Parts: sequence; C-alpha cells; structure tokens
Amino acid sequence: MKPVRKVEGRAIPFGRKNVDTDVIISAKWLKTISRDGLGEGAFEAVRAQEGNVFDDPEYAGAPILIAGDNFGCGSSREHAAWALDDMGVRAIIAPSFSDIFSSNAFKNGLLAIPLPQAAIDRLMEVAKTDPITVDMESMSVTTPFQDRFTFEMDPFRQQCLMDGLDEIDLTMAKSDAIEAHEKSVDSDQSWHKPVMA
Amino acid sequence: MTEAKTLYEKIWDAHVVDQRNDGTALIYIDRHLVHEVTSPQAFEGLRKAGRKVRRPDLTLAVPDHNLPTTARVDANGNKIPIADPQSAAQLEALEANAPAFGIKYIGASDREQGIVHVIGPEQGFTLPGTTLVCGDSHTAAHGALGALAFGIGTSEVEHVLATQTLQLSRSKSMEIRVEGLLGPGISPKDLILHIIGVIGAAGGTGHVIEYRGEVFEQMSIEGRLTVSNMSIEAGARAGLIAPDEKTFAYLKGRPMAPKGADWDAAVAYWKTLRSDDGARFDKSVTINAADVAPTVTWGTSPEDVIPVTGHVPAPESFTDPSKQDAARKSLDYMGLASGQALSDVAVENIFIGSCTNSRIEDLRAAAKILDGRKKAEGVKWAIVVPGSGLVKAQAEAEGLDKIFTASGFEWREPGCSACLGMNPDKVPAGERCASTSNRNFVGRQGPGARTHLMSPAMAAAAAVTGKLTDVRELIG
Repeated sequence: MKPVRKVEGRAIPFGRKNVDTDVIISAKWLKTISRDGLGEGAFEAVRAQEGNVFDDPEYAGAPILIAGDNFGCGSSREHAAWALDDMGVRAIIAPSFSDIFSSNAFKNGLLAIPLPQAAIDRLMEVAKTDPITVDMESMSVTTPFQDRFTFEMDPFRQQCLMDGLDEIDLTMAKSDAIEAHEKSVDSDQSWHKPVMA
Repeated sequence: MTEAKTLYEKIWDAHVVDQRNDGTALIYIDRHLVHEVTSPQAFEGLRKAGRKVRRPDLTLAVPDHNLPTTARVDANGNKIPIADPQSAAQLEALEANAPAFGIKYIGASDREQGIVHVIGPEQGFTLPGTTLVCGDSHTAAHGALGALAFGIGTSEVEHVLATQTLQLSRSKSMEIRVEGLLGPGISPKDLILHIIGVIGAAGGTGHVIEYRGEVFEQMSIEGRLTVSNMSIEAGARAGLIAPDEKTFAYLKGRPMAPKGADWDAAVAYWKTLRSDDGARFDKSVTINAADVAPTVTWGTSPEDVIPVTGHVPAPESFTDPSKQDAARKSLDYMGLASGQALSDVAVENIFIGSCTNSRIEDLRAAAKILDGRKKAEGVKWAIVVPGSGLVKAQAEAEGLDKIFTASGFEWREPGCSACLGMNPDKVPAGERCASTSNRNFVGRQGPGARTHLMSPAMAAAAAVTGKLTDVRELIG
C-alpha cells in the first residue's frame, strides 16, 4: 500500500446522503477480474445527468470528495474504493461511512474522513472556490480561511496509512498466536471443523 | 460473579487471537464463503505474493452472482457456456482458483449449487458461535443461526485466505427487542422492512444488532435468515439471533454439521450462546409487532418503507432537508406522486428470489397465494428463482413448481438473479418490479428499473392483481 500523509486540492462538493455502492459503481462494472480501470464507470448514473458536479471542469482532477451521511452503504464491493481511486479521489469527507466501505477504503489507502455535518456544510461552501487540505499527521482538515476541523481514526489505521504498511505482512508476523488459537480450538471443540466430503 | 455479556461479546471474546492496546483485535475466522465476483483479485494477490490459503478446510466456494438462471446443461448433459464473456471469465477464474488453492468447490451445475447465503446454512457449514465471512454484504444473514457473520471487501477476502484472521475493531451492540407477535398475513420480511424504516438505513452503522423477543423464538430459521440478512440495510454489518432448539433441529443431520458425539458436544456449547441477563447493549430499540403491516418500499433507500395500505409520502413531510431532497429525487426516479395510494401502483415485473427470500418457506408462502390463480394481464415478466438446487428439488417434490408455472411464472435455476443486475435477469428501464430482494437502490435491478421491496406473499399478490396489493385481501 502506498503511504498517504497529506491530501490537498480541490474537493468535489457532492453532498448527497446515503450514497450507496451501486451508485458509486454499478453491477455491470463488477465483472472484471482486475482492480484497474473502474474510474470510467464511477458514478455513471449521476454523470448521465446534465450539470453534474463530477463533470464540472471546476472540479476536474479534484482529489477530495465531500458527501453526506452513510457514504458507501450497501454492497461490500471493494470495486467502489477501486473506482474512486481510479478516478483520482484520495480522500472522502462525510459525516459517516458504512463500516464495510470504510474498511475497504482503508485497505486501498483511500482516506475516509468523518466530520460533523456542520463542518461538512462549511467545507461544501469552501469547495466551490478553494482547495482543502487533509493532514494525517495532525488528523485535521483545513481551508485557506483558517477553518480547522480535527477528526478521529484508530491509531492502527492512522499508522498503516501513513507508513503504507501491508496488513497481511503485519498479521503473518503473528502466526504463532494464530497457531495457538487453532490448537486450543482443536483440543476444546472437536466438532468445530466443517465436515467436507 | 462474572460480568454479564451479550451474545456478541461472547463470540468476539472466544475469537480474539491478539488484542491491541487501541481496542482493535486480531479475530480468528472460522468459516469463509467465496464466490466468483469478489474473489478473483484476492486470489491474484495471493499468487503475486507467493502466499497460500492458510485453511482451505474452513473455506467453501460457489458461484452465484453472475450465473444465468436458465438451464445450465443441455439435453445431452453438456454444460451450456455463459454467453457474456466477462461473466464467463469470472466463473472460469473461480473454477480454476478453488482447486489450485485446495478449496472445496460447488460447481454451477452441481445439485448443491446456490446462493452463498442459502447454501451455508443448508449445508451446515454455518454453525452457531462461529465467525463467518464472505465478500458479500448479505453475509449478515448467517447471524440467524447465532454465527457472527459479516460481509468483507476483496482485500479482506485476501487477508482471510492468507491468515484466517481479520484485524477488527469491536462494534457497538444494539438490541432490537420486538414486543408481541406478528398479525395474520404478516411475514418476517414485513418485520425487517418495518424495523429498517424505524431505525433508518444508517441506524445500525457501527453496531452488531441482536434481535430479541418472542417473535424470533417463534420464527422459523428461514424467517430468521430473512430478518438477519437485511441487518446491512439498516447499516449494521452483522445481525444475531440466539441459537435455540429450532436452530439445533434445523442443523441436525446437515452434511457439514457435526455428527455423533461431536454433535452433542457442539449443542452443549451452543446452549451457552445467549446474552446474559443484565448484559448491557450500547443501544436498545423496542418495536411493537402489532404496528407491523404488510410493508413495501416506495423510494430508493430501504428505509423508504410504508404499509401497503398507505400513500406515497410528500417530500415536505420529512424534517431533514437532505432527506426532503432525496425523497424528491426518489419519487422522480420511481415515477410516483406524493399522496398516490400504493394500491393504485401497477407493476409489470415480479421477482421472487434472492438471498433474502428464496428458501423453501418463501416459495411455499408465494405458492399458497398463487395456487389456482393466474398472473394479471399487465404483468409481463414473473420469475421464481430458488435459492439453491436443494431448495428447487424440495419445491418440485412438493409440487410448488407446477403452481408457479400454472399461474404464469417462470421456474428458474438457482442464483442471485434479478436482485442485482449482474446477470441476464434484469428489469427494463422505467418499469416496476415487485421484488422479494433486499435493495431498491437506483439502477439496482437494471438501469432505470423501479424496485418495490416486499415479502414473497406480497409479490405473489402483486402478480395476481397487477398492482401493489395487501396480501390479506387474498387470504381466507
């Protein structure tokens, strides 16, 4: 995973609540066996509408997306995170994220930044004209107008994101503990394994 | 005295491999279901890193999302290839990856094939007290048997394949207590739709829901699976229902379930799996079962529910301005006007199936309404898609297929079908579908498709009248 310490630039003021993963990337795009090239299908139904923010030249190449409550709800498709990444988005700011999306974003070094609705309202205003900065070191979102909003993230995720750590490697370093758990289950719960013919 | 624990806490505690100071933990995963859509990139990742699957013996693979639900073998018993090359490639990838990594694979034309969330319980792969994951959000369904089950993304699929664990932070716990019993003609689907309407599509975010109350004790395992399945539509990654005698009776004798002395030891352990008296939940919601009517969705979020006897709400009736805006967009997409009676809304398509409602009891409920009746003129397309080959065989043994076909339904092969617009079963743009699936998102059943979620009996009633219909008008 690539390290991510800071994301700065223009932000797409999308603002919509309950953005589900079918909206981010619809099912027809899920038939790929690769992680690449999904940006083309991102927000397809929204982009079909005249005057949508995604095709507004003002926000071309913007690395930040601002949305409403419950972003990424619905399906577990990681294609949603891959599609956002492929369209150049590096951070999403919203009042809340679905649990699965938040985890998928993390695994791909995509920042899912939770901020209260009042902060979102302010950032939606700023986004129309000016850039926004997300800083992982200070866990804050700032604007050129002295706005400063701090956010929370569990320290493990923060560290993984900033150092670009591979989570599988980190877990494999604990294989002794995993093996110990397996041994204790084998001895205490003989019924535990599925009977596979 | 030991501290009173919730069922969730008990299962969590029994699976902690390594506890971190920041509250996150490495959690052991007992069961992993794999399907063709969210796994190819995970297997590719393993290959690139030279890793193997740590516990193929705890992993089960089956294709479901992409498969057409038309015949899979021809008259000579030869496999019929999938016409769409991308879908075919995903199926081929799973067919190759499963044996290459030593994983048991149920093939597209095997008798046991079906939707992952139907075959897990059906095979006895899903057991109480286990942690179970799958790269699909409706994994929440398995919580109906008292398993801690949740959907994961592809990177997590790869992580579980490689390590049989996940790094997780503990969720909050939420109790949904239902007081009283459901009225005549009211199904578990109506109950869960009602619950989502009460707590909202984000109401359970960050939580694991435990469903409690007599209504769940009385409910069949199939009904419990329907309820727990849609926990994710309320924002909760997992749902739980404490295992009981019904759970044990359901599992006993299933192919992958424990046998003999192992069975007895398992049941003794499973009996300890319930929230202790005095266990504290982070959030508690009480629902009155008497308030639950036959329920349908009117909008494009599963929280947009209303009794079928009601009228389409006015966007101004919502207090939240962003919800007002969302409601306007939903009504526009759905082609509905505020104040319109739902019973006046005509439907052209009927879909009975999906991991929410494709089990034998669902098919029986629909067949009961359709028996001796025909679908209305205006209904152009009506399909029944059993959740698995075994459900299909059982239904045929009971003669349900004959009832469906006599009433004008097509009787299909098992798969995810028209739930998600990934295979040939789609609803045409601008047309409505009375659907027993779980999501009414924009474009979910195909671009421009208008979905109304409801129970199998309600979908059958809509087929008969050609309109959204209170099924109670068609019973006794």
